[in-house]
Amino acid sequence: MTPQQARELVTSALSQVAPDTDPAALPQDADIRDALELDSLDFLTYVQTLSESSGCRIEEDDYPAFATIAGGADFLAVHAT
Amino acid sequence: MNERAEFVMPSLGADMESGAVAEWLVKPGDRVRKGDVIAVIDTDKATIEVESFHTGTVESLLVGTGRRVPVGTALAVIVGIPPAAEPVSPEPAPAQPLRKRARPRRPTPARLPAPGAPHVPSPVASPLVRHLAEQRGVDIARVRGTGPQGRVTRADVEHVEPSPQAKVSPQAKVSPLARRLAAQFGVDLADVHGTGRAGAIRAQDVREAAERGAGPRPPEAVEEATRPPAEQAEARAVPEADLERRREAMRQAIARAMARSKREIPHYYLSATVDLTGALAWLRERNRDLPVSRRLLPAALLLKAAARAAAEVPRLNGFWIDDAFVPGKAVHLGVAISLKGGGLIAPALHDAARLAIEDLMAALKDLVSRARTGRLRGAEMTEATITVTNLGDQGVEAVHGVIYPPQVALVGFGKILDRPWAVDGLLGVRPLVTVTLAADHRATDGYTGGRFLGIVDRLLNQPETL
Repeated sequence: MTPQQARELVTSALSQVAPDTDPAALPQDADIRDALELDSLDFLTYVQTLSESSGCRIEEDDYPAFATIAGGADFLAVHAT
Repeated sequence: MNERAEFVMPSLGADMESGAVAEWLVKPGDRVRKGDVIAVIDTDKATIEVESFHTGTVESLLVGTGRRVPVGTALAVIVGIPPAAEPVSPEPAPAQPLRKRARPRRPTPARLPAPGAPHVPSPVASPLVRHLAEQRGVDIARVRGTGPQGRVTRADVEHVEPSPQAKVSPQAKVSPLARRLAAQFGVDLADVHGTGRAGAIRAQDVREAAERGAGPRPPEAVEEATRPPAEQAEARAVPEADLERRREAMRQAIARAMARSKREIPHYYLSATVDLTGALAWLRERNRDLPVSRRLLPAALLLKAAARAAAEVPRLNGFWIDDAFVPGKAVHLGVAISLKGGGLIAPALHDAARLAIEDLMAALKDLVSRARTGRLRGAEMTEATITVTNLGDQGVEAVHGVIYPPQVALVGFGKILDRPWAVDGLLGVRPLVTVTLAADHRATDGYTGGRFLGIVDRLLNQPETL
């Protein structure tokens, strides 16, 4: 997956979890849980959405990478096909 | 002999004084069964689907949508034969003036929060499924049910080709903000194209629709009372509910309930620290085998442990009403959910002590998402027998809660933190959680509360039994 595609998946998943926010306007390295006020359930939904849209199973051990938009996009660019 | 019954504005919680019908799901002439969702009610706190307590035919709708009326106001008249199971007076009702039946002999569950939580006779399809079928123009009697005991499930209905003339207005989810904006701008939500997940309508969609001029009705046109009922049933907009006003109303509702709690309930507080090493290890293993969509959160384990403990200590599970304790019939676990726009709501997970952990997790996800974007059911608002608040996500170590009257206990979980902890004489770093109990001293003493916390500890140390 190209970095561009990965980034698009990440922002689209975020806008689904936090519909009334604009994730595209967030700094790439901001902690999304703080910035978008996501609780653990929101975060799980985010990861679930990404797993489904990228076809790449995201394990709990991988969660730290998904704390930021950049981290999540990098992870998917490497691991998703 | 026909029986006339009034469908009144229910009390959906101790803090509710008035509400407005946001949407009628029935019109005069429709047959309804006890347990059917017949109206969507807007309270200060949420949009809630409300069930009929009667079986019969809708004779008339007395209150149009959008008008705020006090709890107890008659909203509709239903004529029919009451179910045999219901103890109804044998008086010849049709001769009685309507008002006479306004105060039912048997307190409806809505009036007396919870002990008599609506007992919905197990139908062949849930009210929601029936509603879905109706929307899709599917005759439910002709659908073959694949659920337990031939129950018709949502999927069964969705698999049936709707009849061509059916009005397909799928119950798209609408975010509360979007709903309010739609009301403000006079936008008909049926005309809005949702871009959120599963077609959910977001605030932005409404703004765009308003700019495009979709449903360019002046706001007053949304005042439904004058529209024919069939049209009313389609309108989903909440009139007049302006964002700021609603937020303020919710604050007032919370203020009333909490002030009453602190005025009337002599709280006592206990706390215990629980080592979650075993529970989290178990959870990790479990999650490795589960599809991501069914992954469990620690919150599911904590809620399950609280529900099981409440089942083992029934004195903490129920209500204090008229100077006496009324035990809950099952553990309906209230879950405090913070709303994104501010505010708090605590709907119930039905019979949580008996739910398998995966099912409890699924029910929790569903409940939270409906509380925040969709709709809650009347029963969920009134039946909680004990409530849990979990502020762990915000980094809070311990929460000493305020009991939601007329319940008698509130359980609090803080953040799971790695801390030094002595095990078998050795110091190690362990994930710990502080569990608190706020309980009504009129109903129980500290000894009972202590037993409760001891059981929560024991259960969390045997996660495989949850």
